[in-house]
Amino acid sequence: MITRRTFVKAGGCALVAFAGAPRFLLRTAHAAQASGKVLVAVFQRGAVDGLSMVMPHGDPGYAGVRPSIALQPPRRGESERAADLDGFFAFHPALAPLVPLWSNRTLAVVHACGSPDTTRSHFDAQDYMETGTPGVKATTDGWLARAVGTRPAKSTPFRAVAIGPALPRTLQGDAGAISMQSLERFDVRAGSDGAARTGFESLYEQGVRDLLHGTGRETFEAVKLLRKVEASRIPPANGAEYPRAPLGEALRQIAQLIKANVGLEVAFADMLGWDTHVGQGAERGQLALRFRDFGAALAAFDQDLGDKMSDVVVLTMSEFGRTVAENGNRGTDHGHATAMLALGGGVRGGRVYGQWPGLGRHQLFDGRDLAVTTDFRTLFSEVAIRHLGVSAAPLFPGFRPTQPPLGILA
Amino acid sequence: MSRMTPGSVAATLMGAALGLGVLGGCTTVKAGDGQVAAPSGARGPSVGAAPGVSISGDRQILHALSRLTYGPRPGDLERVRGTGLSAWIDRQLRPRTIDDSATEQALVELTTLRMPISEALREFPRPDPKLRAQIASGEMSRQEMLERYPVEKRPARIAVELQAAKVVRAVTSERQLEEVMVDFWFNHFNVFAGKGDVRWYVAAYEREAIRPYAMGRFADLVRATAHHPAMLFYLDNWLSARPDFTVPAGPNRGRKAGLNENYARELMELHTLGVDGGYTQKDVTEVARAFTGWTIDRPQTDGHFVFRPAMHDTGEKIVLGRRIPAGGGRDDGERVIEILARHPATARFVATKLVRRFVSDTPPSALVTRVAGTYMSTDGDIPAMLRTIFESPEFFSEDAYRAKIKKPFEFVASAVRALGGRTDAQGGMALARASAEIGEPLYQAQPPTGYTDRGEVWVNAGALLARMNFALGLASGRYPHVSVELPALVAGADPSVPAAVLDRLLASIVADQAGPETRAVLAAQLREPQITRLSPDDRGPANTDVAKLAALVIGSPEFQRR
Repeated sequence: MITRRTFVKAGGCALVAFAGAPRFLLRTAHAAQASGKVLVAVFQRGAVDGLSMVMPHGDPGYAGVRPSIALQPPRRGESERAADLDGFFAFHPALAPLVPLWSNRTLAVVHACGSPDTTRSHFDAQDYMETGTPGVKATTDGWLARAVGTRPAKSTPFRAVAIGPALPRTLQGDAGAISMQSLERFDVRAGSDGAARTGFESLYEQGVRDLLHGTGRETFEAVKLLRKVEASRIPPANGAEYPRAPLGEALRQIAQLIKANVGLEVAFADMLGWDTHVGQGAERGQLALRFRDFGAALAAFDQDLGDKMSDVVVLTMSEFGRTVAENGNRGTDHGHATAMLALGGGVRGGRVYGQWPGLGRHQLFDGRDLAVTTDFRTLFSEVAIRHLGVSAAPLFPGFRPTQPPLGILA
Repeated sequence: MSRMTPGSVAATLMGAALGLGVLGGCTTVKAGDGQVAAPSGARGPSVGAAPGVSISGDRQILHALSRLTYGPRPGDLERVRGTGLSAWIDRQLRPRTIDDSATEQALVELTTLRMPISEALREFPRPDPKLRAQIASGEMSRQEMLERYPVEKRPARIAVELQAAKVVRAVTSERQLEEVMVDFWFNHFNVFAGKGDVRWYVAAYEREAIRPYAMGRFADLVRATAHHPAMLFYLDNWLSARPDFTVPAGPNRGRKAGLNENYARELMELHTLGVDGGYTQKDVTEVARAFTGWTIDRPQTDGHFVFRPAMHDTGEKIVLGRRIPAGGGRDDGERVIEILARHPATARFVATKLVRRFVSDTPPSALVTRVAGTYMSTDGDIPAMLRTIFESPEFFSEDAYRAKIKKPFEFVASAVRALGGRTDAQGGMALARASAEIGEPLYQAQPPTGYTDRGEVWVNAGALLARMNFALGLASGRYPHVSVELPALVAGADPSVPAAVLDRLLASIVADQAGPETRAVLAAQLREPQITRLSPDDRGPANTDVAKLAALVIGSPEFQRR
């Protein structure tokens, strides 16, 4: 199959002939207002326990089924405990850095969010969430790539960037997305002399139109632009301190790209380690340590960007949630719905969105899992439409919303 | 997809002798490798069209070497020319006839390769779950942890040694096609070495379920993987039980278990029929029911297959319209494998993947049909299917020539081979890390789909730079325990005549298949003072920096293709 990416990479007339028309047609009224906007997606791979991340302390079904892993209900003035949000929900105590963002209404929660597909397979569920087509494995491109692809073309190599070793499924497609492990190392390591760099560059600059040469040219464009703006030297601002862990490193670098004004529209970062089948802990323990890095990284990102956050939305996601009851190993198994966060400009924060399905036995999905009341596509499409100004139809083929919009973005 | 049989036109073209000129550098249109119509527009990208012009002579040999092996070494072209191409292919199809004791010798020090699962479980005890928390809370320093729990005592060593072995075999084995097929089938029946108990099972999985059948019959691969604890664990079938089954004993005593469809679904979707193979959700459930009770005996101390009747759903199953009567017990699963392995959709799915690996990212459908026919008439004989491919006009066509982009691992192995390199087990570990940096950590594909065989996924900015950086590191000897033979590559060329060195290098590494533009770019590089080092007294070019030139060739667009 020749995908559109191949044509786009090839440049020249192919671009005009194949990409121009549909992009023009797909442009929406929002597009004009959406320039300079950035969407940052953070994927919690392994299925985060939404009931620990955003604890429903007001639900009587919560504590009883989690004898060793339930959080204590929040109590005023006790920072060791979960932080109450609205009298019903509370943040895990390790997410304390996020509380100020909740209070100033830039951070919102969507609970009982997930996929209409009922798979409990990590890989299938991730695939469905990244392609945006639950239940359909044949989809070749990701929804974030489609989101970029339907926006007006721009001449920067940095429209879509993933921090990581490979391009995630969600950015595969014709967004011209770049993946890199590190801004600092995004160069030819040639010691002090530049002969190797110029040598490689000329090799890929040749007039050949194919994916390799096209990507090579794009790569060196990106390398040059990065060297020029010295993005990797931009220090965190406003006293922000990122945790020295993968997500902190990724968000620090995404902030550098935003501050360097390289034309970033969509960024992506992974955080691993959420598959807590054994010994997940409560206020402390394995999962608390994950939340500590997660919350600190998001808060540092917000602090670092300061006023620039008005153009940025961070959206967190995870392939599914975990069982409501703890298992025989003081952990949780694969479940269904989970909680997702939206942070940044235009987010109507300080609210938990979505209908709470309840934790009563009869209210659970399959008798064991938190039911999904908000299709993840409802949330994702709202963010993409309102924030990036794209049209929903190509983003989520076959999606017919069965619920009213959340209204999570102004 | 358009379907055309190659017919007599292609057959005639097959024999036509055509010189290098036809390739016309790299601007020629090729179907399916991502190139866009060149100004001539003679052949647009097409799927399943009749094979175009055929290749001949040395280019046939180079093509076969680049597809059946991990890339030609210096001298391979001449060696195959000597034995004759078809005789060489014949031998590769019968790996047992090729002596490979040198490779086996190089692997001796990797002791976990040969360990039975029970021994691996004993040798590498599970980490104490408290340890992680103690380190994270600062209760224990990293140093203390390393002393109490040294790396070589951790189960991760099993995967590390397996990675090293894979690299050593790819670089040095004489049974190259078999190694290519072991990689192919492992990937087809992928398990993730990082998932739970698979850590202890993964080496045994390749050794027991993949390697013995890689050049055998497809149904045997399905059977062996279905029974293997690595697959049973990875796709959760070991936990799958009839509805309302209550665990009778052990730590989970009293817990309810039920049906798990994970393996059943992937068995049909990824291992046999393919996603469009015509099965329904109902078939998935029925197959899952058939496999209930296929589990692992004492997974943490012994780890072998066992059928537990108490977990098995004894009722009747209907799979793809075929009735499996009630009470079949363990045989239900065997019956399902038979049904799936004999299904024409399986033949077509397997044929498509083979043709994609060996011919093109856009498998010509006429060839797929013929390979599927071979599958059906030979009961899934793998060498017979490969022969159908290797004897096809599609294989030796201009459309297929250098049309595939090397996966990161193929790139790493082919680079070492091209530079006449050698590696021991230690070097294998370093090269495995290089493959990971370029995007393909070995045995670490998390999803059951394994790694893709489509080039465009592997081509991205960070990965391309990683390829260039690997080329620089390899050529300048920065990988410990990996030696490259640069002097031998340019033997006979006068080092004070840079152009002569370049010519020799291009002849050795890419067998003169570099496009004229690449040659021109490299020739221009010779004017760089850093490449053509000035001698200390500055009297003119003395030593051409062969390493840097070699790195440029290895990192060039041409070398990313096979």
